[in-house]
Amino acid sequence: MWQALRTELNPAGLEIVTVALETSGAEACRPFIEAADPDHPTLIDQHHRMAELFGVVNIPNGVWIDENGSIIRPAEPAPAPPSIERPAANPFAGVEPPKHLTDIMSEAVKIQTSGPQYESALRDWVANGPASRFALSPDEVVARSQPRNAEAARGQAHFELAAHLEQLGRHVDAIPHYREAHRLVPDNFSYKRQAWSLEPSGGELTGPVSRFWQGPLEGESAEWPYAGDWLTEVRDMGAENYYPTWRP
Amino acid sequence: MLIDSLTVPQSEFEAGTGWRLKPQGACKGDVCIPITDRPTGSGPDMMVDVASLANQLSLPLVSDDAAGVWALGPDSFGTRTLMTAESPNLMLPDLDGNQFELSSLRGQKVLLVAWSPY
Repeated sequence: MWQALRTELNPAGLEIVTVALETSGAEACRPFIEAADPDHPTLIDQHHRMAELFGVVNIPNGVWIDENGSIIRPAEPAPAPPSIERPAANPFAGVEPPKHLTDIMSEAVKIQTSGPQYESALRDWVANGPASRFALSPDEVVARSQPRNAEAARGQAHFELAAHLEQLGRHVDAIPHYREAHRLVPDNFSYKRQAWSLEPSGGELTGPVSRFWQGPLEGESAEWPYAGDWLTEVRDMGAENYYPTWRP
Repeated sequence: MLIDSLTVPQSEFEAGTGWRLKPQGACKGDVCIPITDRPTGSGPDMMVDVASLANQLSLPLVSDDAAGVWALGPDSFGTRTLMTAESPNLMLPDLDGNQFELSSLRGQKVLLVAWSPY
């Protein structure tokens, strides 16, 4: 995904580090990373530590850090360059996809991103450093970072417990902590996507696409353990509001 | 940070929370909060009382009694995730389990990207 941009900008002094927020661990990420064949570091974040430290609330998100370790732009939507073949990019060749998934896809195409603007801003910063008009002051970096009140901080602790229990194979015990995280940090959409994606998918789906079901099985709404699901929440918020508008 | 005991080495507390224990109090960036508890013991084995520090620094401490673990959440004084523009030092494993420190990239510009397979 990011490899082409890395090849272009690394000679000018940029390194890219990708962090997979994935409680399931490395094996769930391996097919994507191996397909991208990156030269840059690719890290696995089972506890969503990057979310807690940098204020990431949805993915993909990017943070710019300068040569001295100062944040130049805090976490914000960072659309992945559209170059890569994802594994199982078209799992439905010749087959009718389940309706739930076509409903999800019809919302997903309405999601708005600002990839070209983001990439050109990144190039500008790599070329011009602090003189770039996209480089923010330290005060602006702090002010633009994600709000966090005491409830959100508590929710982050619950998410960490959920991730820990998940890794112990205690999925059922993890669910109450995911629910608390969702309740206390309602604007963290990756906490929700993570938990929803660990529930069974319908339509006899297998492989990476099955992770995108993220909702109750047909006729089994009562068994769904969470207050929300992807399709319902995105329809309620409006898919065009899925990511905040990117601000230069 | 996850802990299975409410008494942990000072270094573990500092790495997990980003708060450093100094003579003037617990400090992060330019912010220092006076604390009444001091680490006990000596040298690299200095231990801290997590429940007491959590209380004084308003860090949420939640437990899963069945699993016997606690999670100590982050501070929320500043109302924002970042209290300063100084980057936290993210330490995570790569695909093969090798630990990587973000701070090892000092001297280069970095684009840190969060993604997921779901």
